[in-house]
Amino acid sequence: MQPVRAGSSVDAMAEVLAAADLGVLLGALGARGYRVVGPRVAAGVIQYAELDDAGDLPRGWTDEQAPGSYRLARRDDDAYFGYAVGPHSWKRELLPPRVRLWQASRDGLAVEEEETDYQPTAFVGVRPCELAAIAIQDRVFLDGRFADRDYAARRADVFLVAVECGSPSSLCFCSSLGTGPGATDGFDLALTELHAGEHRFLVRSGSSAGNAVLADLPTRPAARADLETAEQVVEDAARAQAGRFAAEDVHDLLLRNLESPHWDAVAERCLSCGNCTLVCPTCFCTHVEDTSSLDGETAARDRVWDTCFSLRYAEMHGGNTRPTTRARYRQWLTHKLATWEDQFGTSGCVGCGRCIAWCPAAIDIRAEVAAIRQEDAHAHA
Amino acid sequence: MRTLDAVITDSPVFEGLTQEQLELIGGCASNVGFEAGERLFREGDRADAFFLVRHGLVSLEAYVPNRGPITVETIGPGEIVGWSWLVPPYMWHFTGRAVDDVRAVQFDGACLRRKCDDDPVLGYELLTRFALVLVDRLQATRLQLMDVYGDNVG
Amino acid sequence: MATTSAERSVAARGAMAPLPYVVARKRRETRDVWTLELEPVDEAIEQIRPGQFTMLYRFGVGEAPISSSGDPELGFRLVHTMREAGQVTRGLCAAKPGDLVGVRGPFGNAWPVDTARGKDVVFVAGGIGLPPLRGAVYDVLAHRNGFGRVVLLYGGRSPGELVFRSDVERWRSRLDVDVEVTVDTAGHDWRGNVGVVTKLIPRAPFDPANAVAFVVGPEIMMRFAAAALIERGLPQESLWISMERTMRCGVGLCGHCQLGPTLICRDGPVYRWDEMRPWLEVAAL
Repeated sequence: MQPVRAGSSVDAMAEVLAAADLGVLLGALGARGYRVVGPRVAAGVIQYAELDDAGDLPRGWTDEQAPGSYRLARRDDDAYFGYAVGPHSWKRELLPPRVRLWQASRDGLAVEEEETDYQPTAFVGVRPCELAAIAIQDRVFLDGRFADRDYAARRADVFLVAVECGSPSSLCFCSSLGTGPGATDGFDLALTELHAGEHRFLVRSGSSAGNAVLADLPTRPAARADLETAEQVVEDAARAQAGRFAAEDVHDLLLRNLESPHWDAVAERCLSCGNCTLVCPTCFCTHVEDTSSLDGETAARDRVWDTCFSLRYAEMHGGNTRPTTRARYRQWLTHKLATWEDQFGTSGCVGCGRCIAWCPAAIDIRAEVAAIRQEDAHAHA
Repeated sequence: MRTLDAVITDSPVFEGLTQEQLELIGGCASNVGFEAGERLFREGDRADAFFLVRHGLVSLEAYVPNRGPITVETIGPGEIVGWSWLVPPYMWHFTGRAVDDVRAVQFDGACLRRKCDDDPVLGYELLTRFALVLVDRLQATRLQLMDVYGDNVG
Repeated sequence: MATTSAERSVAARGAMAPLPYVVARKRRETRDVWTLELEPVDEAIEQIRPGQFTMLYRFGVGEAPISSSGDPELGFRLVHTMREAGQVTRGLCAAKPGDLVGVRGPFGNAWPVDTARGKDVVFVAGGIGLPPLRGAVYDVLAHRNGFGRVVLLYGGRSPGELVFRSDVERWRSRLDVDVEVTVDTAGHDWRGNVGVVTKLIPRAPFDPANAVAFVVGPEIMMRFAAAALIERGLPQESLWISMERTMRCGVGLCGHCQLGPTLICRDGPVYRWDEMRPWLEVAAL
């Protein structure tokens, strides 16, 4: 699969920003009234939080990831974005864990919808896989017959600063799915961090809003060498992931192996804890929580994150249509890699590897799919 | 008004039998009628007959203490009532009652059993057909057992 | 799907906010099945069609997806028949005329009655499956000349649990409709059929080469009924069923009602048999 290339159709707007001037970018965003959210080291991980200045960024840090394991480590250089992805994803901003939808009073059943109160926010450090994840959730929440009001309001007010990947983790497989490691569209600005020689960023704009911010930055036009170095960063990142996941035909493969004994094997390890769904940047299932006040005079409805691993997820008057871990694990993986496509037109997976790192049972979906593929090959040999 | 022989010949239960076999069976058959409420046979009695319903509804009942007579199934036109004549101990397992006015063809089971003893080929053909009837009843009974309209999912 | 930061249209009155409806009439169908007739207090939902459902809200308790069981010709009044199965439905069934109920909808798709034009129509209902079909039966009978033979096969658990008895008796009394009713179990006072509803299919008076069937009931009953209809020669593409799964939002945004490749609230609940069959054959999907 061809790696997504840097510097595609917007070469004309490719500029170079010195690493020392990264703070100017953050300042320019702040000056435009954006709340700036980006990566910072906290609680032993690189997570997304509000940034005050460039000093908050995880400079010189990287992440070492393996199935069921995530550790921060120091780099031997001072790259600002020299890591892969942490446990947070941008759905924390666009699809918060709990949102009040409305309140109502018993008298007349008068419903008062909550207006989304969201300050325009700049997401800094959006990985290409995360751009893909946002686009996937856009299709779910904006493109159907009914749009999600809260998601739409937030989505209209975000500015995306993508950062291409130079340090994929051992769990990354975006290149197998065509969701990275380079950024082609869906961003306002895209940065590629370059160390060779001067520590600098290639900056590309992807929108008119991006153009406006770019105009405020002390950049110089990108030279041929800058573009080539940036392309090399992306190519190297793609090559590092070679052969990690065979994406061909995954949809049909999984759907013709729904009764594979392999699901039983995974179920024995899976704790049905739902961590994977929490860290996954595309998982979107929510629950509708209806409550009422103690005096019964007011009621409210909240939208709350849910997980298909929850025992109550498939509960239906007096029974449960997925009562076993086996059924629920199969549901999650086949939805992510197969039926999502039938429902929304794309794969649900972006190859970020979070579900692998954050699974307490160290289940690796790449290995699980490979096992099913092997079994399928034998069965049809 | 069709003749007895025509009813037997046209019935899907006896489909595929030779003319000779049909005549053999016809020899054990006669037309019968029951008024609404009348009993065709009683649970526990010797089963030496079976019926092919032509018109009306026959109910199969069991008497359950405290609950009274419970209808487990009704059998209508074109269907066979009774397979107990073919298998030992040749006893009716349920009581058969006419729900409304019933006209049927009654077959002398003892007579047919003798003919099957003499002609194993006929015996085989009849057993095969009645096995199908039994399978049908079993499937239906299992569905009834599942109580699908009850308080559970699905 | 273009740019970031572009203006995206925000949905109008949110799909998650119910409209207040008042209980105009209430009727007990059986021991635990009730029909509510609802009228809008102010704003009404779009006209609902047979097969579709709404999310009915009991103040402070929650919502349940309930199919429309009303006559599509009778406009703005919503008719919903439901069984007391859980907290929400018990709360709804306890509502009295004058009480308020929240309504969101109409959601889902409708019975494709038009595909049966000029053909025999077979309705097969099991238990609480008759309510979602009733509107389609009314529709067909209101345009009786547009169809061939009309057959209704209705199976219930016991005589006391049959719903819409007066409707069924009225349809049966028509000369141009064939109605057969059966129950799984009965006492001595039942003079009708006893046995599973699938038993009624082999003898039902319709031409499978030129018919369309609409089947609703517990999933297992639909599977057996479909098998019996297909054995009679009905093409799979002429068989429609109504599916049910856990629902929370009803508008395709929460993920709960998915079954394999489909979201039941969005792509269903009415499905063509050949499209749904492979997914029904996988246990606990």
